Amino acid sequence: MITIKNLHKKFKKLHALNDVSASFSRGQVVSLIGPNGSGKTTLIKSILGIVKPDAGSILFAGKSIDKQVAYRDNIGYMPQIGRYPDNMKIGQVIEMVKNIRNHKDGTLDDELFFDFKMDEMQDKNMRSLSGGTRQKVSAVLAFLFNPDVLILDEPTAGLDPLASEILKDKIIKEKKKGKLILITSHVLSDLDELTTDVMYLQDGKLHLYQTVENIKQQTGETRLEKAIAQVMKRYLKDGTATIPMTENREADYAKAI
Amino acid sequence: MKNLFLIACVLMALPGLCRTLVVGKGQTYSTIREAVAAAQDRDTILVKKGTYYINNIVIIKSIYLIGENYPLLHGADKYEIFTVSGKDITIKGFHFTNSGYSAMNDFASVKIIDASNIIFENNRVTNAYFGVHIANSHHFTIRSNYFNGLTKSEQTTGNGIHLWKCNNALIENNEIHGHRDGIYFEFVTQSLIQKNFSEGNIRYGLHFMFSNDNWYVENTFKNNGAGVAVMYSKQVHMLLNHFDSNWGAAAYGLLLKEINDSKIDSNTFYQNTVGIYMEGTNRINVTNNVFKANGWAAKVQASCMDNTFFHNNFLSNTFDVGTNGTLVLNTFNNNYWDKYEGYDLNKDGFGDVAYHPVSMYSTIVENSPNTLMLLRSFMVSLLDKAERAIPSLTPENLRDDQPLMKGLKLKEKK
Amino acid sequence: MLKLSKYVLYDIVRSKVIIAYTLFLMAVSFSLFQMEDNSGKAVLSLLNIVLIVVPLISMVFSTIHYYNSYEFIELMLSQPVSRTKILLSEYLGTALSLSSSFLIGVGIPVVLFYFNSTGISLVLTGCLLTFIFTSLAFFTSVQSRDKARGIGAALMLWFYFALIYDGLVLLVLFTFSDYPLEKLTLLLSSLNPVDLGRIFIMLKMDISALMGYTGAMYKDFFGSGTGALYTIGIMLLWMITPLLLAVRSFNRKDL
Repeated sequence: MITIKNLHKKFKKLHALNDVSASFSRGQVVSLIGPNGSGKTTLIKSILGIVKPDAGSILFAGKSIDKQVAYRDNIGYMPQIGRYPDNMKIGQVIEMVKNIRNHKDGTLDDELFFDFKMDEMQDKNMRSLSGGTRQKVSAVLAFLFNPDVLILDEPTAGLDPLASEILKDKIIKEKKKGKLILITSHVLSDLDELTTDVMYLQDGKLHLYQTVENIKQQTGETRLEKAIAQVMKRYLKDGTATIPMTENREADYAKAI
Repeated sequence: MKNLFLIACVLMALPGLCRTLVVGKGQTYSTIREAVAAAQDRDTILVKKGTYYINNIVIIKSIYLIGENYPLLHGADKYEIFTVSGKDITIKGFHFTNSGYSAMNDFASVKIIDASNIIFENNRVTNAYFGVHIANSHHFTIRSNYFNGLTKSEQTTGNGIHLWKCNNALIENNEIHGHRDGIYFEFVTQSLIQKNFSEGNIRYGLHFMFSNDNWYVENTFKNNGAGVAVMYSKQVHMLLNHFDSNWGAAAYGLLLKEINDSKIDSNTFYQNTVGIYMEGTNRINVTNNVFKANGWAAKVQASCMDNTFFHNNFLSNTFDVGTNGTLVLNTFNNNYWDKYEGYDLNKDGFGDVAYHPVSMYSTIVENSPNTLMLLRSFMVSLLDKAERAIPSLTPENLRDDQPLMKGLKLKEKK
Repeated sequence: MLKLSKYVLYDIVRSKVIIAYTLFLMAVSFSLFQMEDNSGKAVLSLLNIVLIVVPLISMVFSTIHYYNSYEFIELMLSQPVSRTKILLSEYLGTALSLSSSFLIGVGIPVVLFYFNSTGISLVLTGCLLTFIFTSLAFFTSVQSRDKARGIGAALMLWFYFALIYDGLVLLVLFTFSDYPLEKLTLLLSSLNPVDLGRIFIMLKMDISALMGYTGAMYKDFFGSGTGALYTIGIMLLWMITPLLLAVRSFNRKDL
């Protein structure tokens, strides 16, 4: 579905992405983890075309995203901090995005809209919303058009436990439909059960991209968090890892293209 | 009625008293030349409608030449049509056309030389080099004629009404287009030019040279190449005229050069590049005029002395007054300037601070004409404001000490 | 694109600044026409509004609006909308709202009190200048992410076009007044949209003065058919070039 080849991006001195290559396909739920400033958001924004990479290429369904925007029809994006025009109401923002998306089949996925009780808050001004409510709006917009790919940047960060639970359930549902879901977070635990793959970035470098089973199997740990920690520790100690840091996903490439 | 008719018949029948000689197809005379030859003093020659090709008929008898329904007198592009010399001659109701052009001589449709008591009235003169050319004559009237010249270059077009060494002339109610100068005066005295309309002439609507003691009143000069020029004359009275839309780098509503002791009263200067341009003029009173929407209402060069501007309205002019020096020997008083921003605390109708009609920017433009490009820019208005606060470049004594607070009620001819 | 512009317009109208601007222009225009018994003088004051205030407001308002729409732009970027489209919609929305403000605030009084060729050219120039300076503002805003710097740059640019440029021109023309500078002045007037607009209006207002000296050249040139085309062409160029440059930088930018 999405193929990234040798991606580089520098912000002045900071090397945000350093030769990152990866491939994502349908059915995967990829957890993109790493410390703050490791390049997770930059990678996501590159995929969305918000950040322009210095070198390398990104293919979506086999086509370069460089000169096109239509591929974003298939992506639902929930940003880390949702920022919306101050003067608009929730209902208007949703209406506007609906208006702008070329949503062809017309069936909207308004499950989250009602689960989050957005129908009762339609007339609230964006200016007056709390961070959590904004996140809810972002989530509603991301899922609304039933896209093939969901990119969620720290989705549960500002949400209350109840909302967080609702969102998680929704992600599981979408996963079952065979969608590609990319999630960034620096804490793994609450998304453990969803994840099929783990991707670890640090200082712009891709250090680890493996399926969860592989990691658990190789390390003998049952808890994902611990397993990753173990891998990383070993790697940082002697520069070697017992399991390959990134799997060869040539097969996925082929599938994607 | 019957009696009257009888008397007329008898009068006409009396030979030698005053006969009427009829010219036309099937009439007694087929050409005007024959009739003129046959006529005696005080005879009337009545020319019927038709086209007559004429190679200069010389009229020296005191006759009345009357055209019926504007018979066309054609000069075949080669000849003058009439030469008039004598006294008590009237020419009325003809259409003169296509008289000749000569680079050597001043060919005219009608030439009047050494004549007096001439009336040239109600004629049309078209495609002429000179329209009417009058020399060395006195006591004559050119009235209600229509002139339309060749409108070629300044060299190949003559003047509409041309007077040279004349006196006691009355030029009235004529309409002149497309000539070099609409009306031209040289060495003419004691004459009156009134109610003429001179428009679209190549050089001047009216041109005065060495002509003293003349009046011109209620004329309209519009859209002429260079406006009106009055030069080297004195005692000229210019009243109630309308100077309109004379545009161009060297165009003036009224150009005064070496004029003394004259009067400019109750005229309207509207939309001229320069309303009045004065050079070497002395003792002229400019009163009760309206200067409206001109580039410069007046340009008074430093060579002028003792001229007075009194009781005029200056409205919407780009610049009010321009000058080329700092020495000012002319007086501006009690005029209304719409650019005046002063106040009148004692309510006597006069502004309490003097008005300086020469702006800083107009001085700059005078020195460097290209800066006209900055007209009405913010920069320029700042400069003018600064100059008004601390005058340095503009002539300090060119000012109206008692500017009027309200515009005068002067008649504006539209 | 119009769809997006609609939202931009809606957003601007909601901000109320634009309404204040409209009312301000209207109040000034009406009071000028009411106060002066000579409407020619009122138009003269309006000329200064058009040449000074309109560019200033256009620049500052557009700059602030651009920075305030960052959220909107971010939201749009994750949607299937091209960047060119986003920026052009922002531009169109801003320029349209500013110019309709101007049309209401100045256009209506002019039509009521001074409906002639001078009035029309005044309104036309005001609209063109609005579009041009909005475009310039977008160009400067896109360059920098910092709002303060953006507004600073906009003000500098305005100051340059409104005053400094004319000062420099005056200096040059005065210093070299002994040389034939006719062609140069034509060129110089094309290099500043405010000057070009001013000359366009003056051709109607001060036609008599412009016929004198080198002014006749202006009349011959700008007053002719080709001249009018030239003027409008250069004005459009002043509008399109900064906008295209803005789009170019915007397309290459990380947001």
